[in-house]
Amino acid sequence: MIEVQHLTKRFGGFTAVDDLSFEVRPGEVLGFLGPNGAGKSTTMKMLTGFLPATSGTVCIGGYDVAQHPVAVKRQIGYLPEGAPSYGDMSVLAFLRFIGEVRGYRGAELRQRLARVVEQVGLQDVLKQAVQTLSKGYKRRVGLAQTLLHDPAIMILDEPTDGLDPNQKQQVRQLITNLAEDKMVIISTHILEEVSAVCSRAMIIAAGKKVADGTPAELEARSRYHQAISVRFQQPVNAAAAFSALPEINEVDELEQGQSYLLFPQPGARPYHAVNALIEQQGWDLDTLHIERGRLDDVFRQLTGV
Amino acid sequence: MNTLMTICKREFSAYFATPVAYVFIFIFLVMSGVFTFYLGNFYQRGQADLLPFFNFHPWLYLFFMPAVAMGLWSQERQLGTIELLMTLPVTLWQAVLGKFLAAWLFAGLALLLTLPLWLTVNYLGTPDNGVILASYLGSWLMAGAFIAVGSCMSALSRNQIVAFILTVVVCFVLMLSGFPLVLDFFRGWASEGLLDLIASLSFLTHFEALARGVVDIRDLLYFILVIAVWLLATTQVLTVKKSA
Repeated sequence: MIEVQHLTKRFGGFTAVDDLSFEVRPGEVLGFLGPNGAGKSTTMKMLTGFLPATSGTVCIGGYDVAQHPVAVKRQIGYLPEGAPSYGDMSVLAFLRFIGEVRGYRGAELRQRLARVVEQVGLQDVLKQAVQTLSKGYKRRVGLAQTLLHDPAIMILDEPTDGLDPNQKQQVRQLITNLAEDKMVIISTHILEEVSAVCSRAMIIAAGKKVADGTPAELEARSRYHQAISVRFQQPVNAAAAFSALPEINEVDELEQGQSYLLFPQPGARPYHAVNALIEQQGWDLDTLHIERGRLDDVFRQLTGV
Repeated sequence: MNTLMTICKREFSAYFATPVAYVFIFIFLVMSGVFTFYLGNFYQRGQADLLPFFNFHPWLYLFFMPAVAMGLWSQERQLGTIELLMTLPVTLWQAVLGKFLAAWLFAGLALLLTLPLWLTVNYLGTPDNGVILASYLGSWLMAGAFIAVGSCMSALSRNQIVAFILTVVVCFVLMLSGFPLVLDFFRGWASEGLLDLIASLSFLTHFEALARGVVDIRDLLYFILVIAVWLLATTQVLTVKKSA
């Protein structure tokens, strides 16, 4: 279990992380969201014992990071931002070094190396120097390094940053597969990623926690939550008719009348009324669905842009 | 201990990952030859010893050892790998010592490759090989002191060139602290006791006896102490830099 209490970090007069408290339980994948400079990376650096906190405590697996840094570091697999690695080593030599530092030798080291190489798909580049690899492969080497000791806790700072869509998908799949019995914290500013892999999302702005909940809960805070999206096959002059429905609060006309966004009155469920109206008018419907809510909308709302 | 050796091994092999190590060793050997035979008048002296060789070591080290040590920490900072290294289950001391040892062993290897000089002097005459062995030991210890200073300076800056220059300057002052160049700076306002203390810190004075093969335990202790102090300073610099 990860317990963070009143964590604060100041650099000179600048407060990067401001009185942050949260817990993470086994099986949870926590997404750290926030604009650049919100304090996500600083928080991760304090969790992993790289930076000391100005005040507050971090307890991981029963150990306080400040008092037992090595015991904490043993339990964590950490991918720093940008996945740094020793560029002039070969992939195999680099991973072997990490394994040896983690205390593995001989047959066990070989087994563990073989397992992570398979897991992240590095078979073809084992002999290459890390610095000659593409960005995607470098990221995978970074991930392999975090997995070597099969850690209970994984802390990944922007694990999919700079990858192409296929690679992003692979990394997300990998995280989802691994997450079952682990605690995972990933930071990202890609919102779709949160819906895709996280069981919980936390939004941070200016070092403070501004929201914490499941992705669905956060989406429910969006003004698009429960809104009805209608799209016709050709433009239709329907704004007045939609506005006239008692369940509808506000109508947004898009694409010159080809599609509409209908915001319901608080608590109202206008789906059937809208559907009936369209049937009655004989408009050619293309799509009709209820919006779940948009994370990016909540994100903008909470982080004040 | 295992962790320390693992770090040391990685760091040591990192020297050979690029041609830098080979170029370095080559130039080091050429320069020791030049110093010994031309500036040191090895033949003209007509004596079967390696004094001219060892006498120039402090000056040779002044530029070579900072180059060996400059990347120890600044490179980690530059590449961001310091974050990787320090979040592995490694203590600060294991990292500092491991890296220092790697650089010191590398310097030792370069020194070992000057053995043809020893063969030459044994071919030409019958030198006191005990003296030569003692000199080698002293020289290696002094190299360690230079590298420990370099390790600390490397922790101060993420720029290797800055680390190199800082190391040269600090080592230069430490080398000559027994000489008027440095002492005159303190004379007049510092007490006599302080002057003696500063003078006693000189690399050169302590190496002089060792170069002649006189193994005084105080000289050995001096270099070991210098190494320990500068490595301690390295850990302090790294700790302070981390929390800032």
